[in-house]
Amino acid sequence: MSVVTARDLALRFGERTLFERLCFELERGELLAVLGPNGAGKTSLLRILLGLLEPTAGTVRIDGRPPRERSGRIGYVPQQRVFERETALRGRDLVRLGLDGHRWGFGRLSPRQRDQLERALAQVGASAYADAPVGQLSGGEQQRLRVAQALVADPVLVLADEPLLSLDLAQQRAVVELLDARRRMAGTPVVFVTHDVNPLLGSIDRVLYLAGSRLSPEGEPAPGGGRWAVGTPDEVLTSQTLSRLYGTDVDVLRVRGRVVVVGTPEDQHVHHVEDGDR
Amino acid sequence: MFTSLLAQHFVHTALWSGAVVAVVCGTIGVFVVTRGMSFAVHAISELGFTGAAGALVVGLDPVLGMLGGSLLVGLVLGLLSLRGRERDSAIGAVLAFGLGVGVLFLSLYQGYATEATNLLFGSVVGVSDAQLRDLAIVAAIVLAGVAVLYRPLLFASVDPEIAAARGVPVRALSVAVFVLLALTTAEAIQVVGVLLVLTLVITPAAAAQRLTGRPALALALSVLVALASTEGGILLSLAQPWPTSFFISALSFAAYLAARLVDARRSGSLRRAAQKRFSSSAPRRTWAVR
Repeated sequence: MSVVTARDLALRFGERTLFERLCFELERGELLAVLGPNGAGKTSLLRILLGLLEPTAGTVRIDGRPPRERSGRIGYVPQQRVFERETALRGRDLVRLGLDGHRWGFGRLSPRQRDQLERALAQVGASAYADAPVGQLSGGEQQRLRVAQALVADPVLVLADEPLLSLDLAQQRAVVELLDARRRMAGTPVVFVTHDVNPLLGSIDRVLYLAGSRLSPEGEPAPGGGRWAVGTPDEVLTSQTLSRLYGTDVDVLRVRGRVVVVGTPEDQHVHHVEDGDR
Repeated sequence: MFTSLLAQHFVHTALWSGAVVAVVCGTIGVFVVTRGMSFAVHAISELGFTGAAGALVVGLDPVLGMLGGSLLVGLVLGLLSLRGRERDSAIGAVLAFGLGVGVLFLSLYQGYATEATNLLFGSVVGVSDAQLRDLAIVAAIVLAGVAVLYRPLLFASVDPEIAAARGVPVRALSVAVFVLLALTTAEAIQVVGVLLVLTLVITPAAAAQRLTGRPALALALSVLVALASTEGGILLSLAQPWPTSFFISALSFAAYLAARLVDARRSGSLRRAAQKRFSSSAPRRTWAVR
């Protein structure tokens, strides 16, 4: 049985259609990258999978049940966010919240949970700075802790929302490798939202590309938006597929093992402004 | 004279009241500081003053009016769940108007002006046995609330996005914090007065956060600082007849300054440790445990 089943999902905000009739499934051990321009609904899709946002239409099942009933078993890795320097929270406290933060009362960890916590810290190589306040750790160290926090409760699904933003290349690779290792060893599928597919190219099985709503040249919502495509990177990341999604000529180039997309409406908009003829 | 005062019943009542209020303020303070709600504390206490002044005008118990005023504002602020700059300006607007209404109430009130002074600056030595009992009941409610909500409240305060993803009712908890804060504020007003509530709710927690990275220890230290400041302040005001509120605020501020000093000295050595950590490729790393 698939871990995630999304059927006929649609998301509209007023006139804007971010996606419609979106169907995909996620099997155990799969890594799905969700790509697309800003505002295409990538994060909204994650919020739907978490049960925090109701889709306009369609259903989502996680392990055969509605997302809200599964929220305790979904690991979530967010964008790196800056903790205030004096936040009274150590690395291990942050990870522990992923284990029992949703339970009432003060609570003590059982020996088994203690063990789970230590293993999660060791898994991401954070044991050495687990007792340091989170506000004094580097971005890369914080994101390792985030991965440990997402994995500590032994999730059935991991959702990651731009977890690589503001990390340097080595740190990006480390975070990708940690999530990749988890799905290889425990079979936990990963949904990975990112604006840049390149750090992931070696690891992903499939790509979900959301083209988002279409805008007229005046910036008004226009008909024909909400298109998407799902498939292997070689199927989706082609000039042909992306041109169809955007309804305009888009070139997908492979340069030195990297994927470069040129000619999306977002792109043109930027050039337009830079040309100064607006 | 100091020792003969210590034998007085009203002094005992004052010390007990101070202790009860300090424990509650120190506890709720760590959440208030983590969530950046200092300004809200101020607003809630000023509106508590308005409520109390209103109660005086119509001949009700000012403590009830105070509780009503701060609860009302706490609920409204909690339900609006505003963020950032909008929250800041909304609180400012509400606070200013509420205080204006309070001034009107005071001018309408024909009774003793001391009542008003006590509200603004506190009067811990004036607490009666019955009031002490009420203080203890409200304190028990707040502490029970924090005990039940502790883990999700910590989660939602330091890491709201993930907490929501894990199914923690972040919004409901935000309303709960405001209600608990309103109850706490109404307590604190009776000891240090409207204008000095921050000295028990914010200062001890801010000092504690400088001293430790452990959430539970920060809570304990915050309570300790609040307790020491309040009891010390009451005792000092017996020896030297200056306002109790002054001594309490002076002691808690001294604790805050000391905590900053300790933190500054330590973070200097931490920074050197971090530089070493980044520059050396040796995998072994050690951290000073905060």
